[in-house]
Amino acid sequence: MTYLEQYIALKTIVTKEMLRFMRIWLQTILPPVITTALYFVIFGRLIGPKIGQMQGFNYIDYIVPGLIMMSVITNSYANVVSSFYGSKFQHNIEEMLVSPTPNYIILTGYVSGGVCRGLAVGASVTLVAWFFSDLNFAHTLVIISTVLLTAVLFSLAGLINAIYARSFDDISIVPTFVLTPLTYLGGIFYSIDMLPGFWQNASLANPILYMVNAFRYGFLGITDIPLFTSYCIIIGFIIGLFWFSLHLLNKGYGLRT
Amino acid sequence: MSRALEIKNLTKTYENGFEALKGIDLVVDKGDFFALLGPNGAGKSTTIGILASLVRKTSGHVSILGHDIDTDFGRAKKLLGLVPQEFNFNIFEPVLEIVANQAGYYGIPRKLAYERAERYLKELRLWDKRFEQARNLSGGLKRRLMIARALVHRPELLILDEPTAGVDIEIRRSMWAFLREINAQGTTIILTTHYLEEAESLCRNIAIIDKGILIENTSMKKLLGKLQTDTYVLDLPAPHEAVSGLSGFSVNQIDSTTLEVEVGKDGDMNQLFSLLNERGINVSSIRTKTNRLEQLFVNLIESNQSDSP
Repeated sequence: MTYLEQYIALKTIVTKEMLRFMRIWLQTILPPVITTALYFVIFGRLIGPKIGQMQGFNYIDYIVPGLIMMSVITNSYANVVSSFYGSKFQHNIEEMLVSPTPNYIILTGYVSGGVCRGLAVGASVTLVAWFFSDLNFAHTLVIISTVLLTAVLFSLAGLINAIYARSFDDISIVPTFVLTPLTYLGGIFYSIDMLPGFWQNASLANPILYMVNAFRYGFLGITDIPLFTSYCIIIGFIIGLFWFSLHLLNKGYGLRT
Repeated sequence: MSRALEIKNLTKTYENGFEALKGIDLVVDKGDFFALLGPNGAGKSTTIGILASLVRKTSGHVSILGHDIDTDFGRAKKLLGLVPQEFNFNIFEPVLEIVANQAGYYGIPRKLAYERAERYLKELRLWDKRFEQARNLSGGLKRRLMIARALVHRPELLILDEPTAGVDIEIRRSMWAFLREINAQGTTIILTTHYLEEAESLCRNIAIIDKGILIENTSMKKLLGKLQTDTYVLDLPAPHEAVSGLSGFSVNQIDSTTLEVEVGKDGDMNQLFSLLNERGINVSSIRTKTNRLEQLFVNLIESNQSDSP
């Protein structure tokens, strides 16, 4: 395929993916917005004032970046894992597999779809957050780059989950038992400085901690982790997951017999 | 004549050890309408899966219009259109989008994709349903949708894996007419089907595969020429008991108004009717007992089974 043809194929996949999640916005966009709004009400307005300040900021202002990031993570992951597995389940992934579209275009197309949904939900949650807190944008470029890279990373993770999945149970196990605990323990609601020494060190093994802190730095200008370390970890994961998912597609794992 | 498909010593052994293909050699000429037949589990779908890159071959070589699927897979895929046996589109997508998206995967610009989608959806009488979700279509319309989708990138080799399964006779016949038309326009067609009447009516050449090996590969005419006898069913307007004396013909009386008569390859039908006339037996209608190809197919498969260890 020429580069132009590859671009058309990519655009086709991305458009299809975007239309898919927009067509069912009641299932894809609205629920995370409502859930996060409830977090703002409960943790920000009701419990927040009793907690007081966290690293010099009102509690609600402190948790807003983490809550936005949480919605981006879960939605970019959920979009790719459900869409790709759904295509495998209905066999319509074969439409792409029989075509000359290279695997890296298929991969990039699905990941872009996940990124678009992650960003759409992230933007919606940010708008809701405006009603509850005084949003501050200390480093806009950091905000944009971190949210983009995180959405890419979790879209890739969702794709790998979908490739390995053999049933609908398999696509809910990882989000329930791995992603959600890691997200909640990733410093959304607290600073790791509050943890005892062992748990502080244990938290450093959680990749989500680096994303949440880099993102919070973008909003508030504070972080538990050096920004450079966060970027290195995120980019390192992206490279590793991209290579691995491309390897699985090239091998045809779970797709070609 | 150049070749649309060339398969050399193709083998496939699945991970569970099942040998689906045991060394297939097959050539299909450009412009041909070719039947690939065989009983269930014979290896037809595995062969098609390998051509479409949905199944990984164990060994052997495949080239599509001169392009090797290992070394030049991009071009090979561009020239191939596949209508699979099972419905494999997103049932929640509208018909028009399914066809236009497929064009997109081949790098066809959106405007042209919609033009072509319109053309094929109209030709296959699906245009009225273009905004319907695919799940709302009947079985026959879903089959036609898969044909439109397979044609949208204008493949030179079209493979149809049981395209008329579960389709009523009217739609089946309109699909035959459509397939004849695109074949006449130059598209090579490979067809697998369990309706042997369909293969006999449409295809010029035929290969029969059983247990992973090719047991026949010839022209339809030559294959049908192998039949030694044809069996005809004669309906009589008036009852006759114990019809006999039709020398040269083997007669089986089913009931008082139905006869089955075997006519040899060199048999003379006029003589048969003369003999019936002499006995005052009128015939109101006549038909072949079984499809001729079906009879041969069964003979070949049975013979292959008795030859197998």
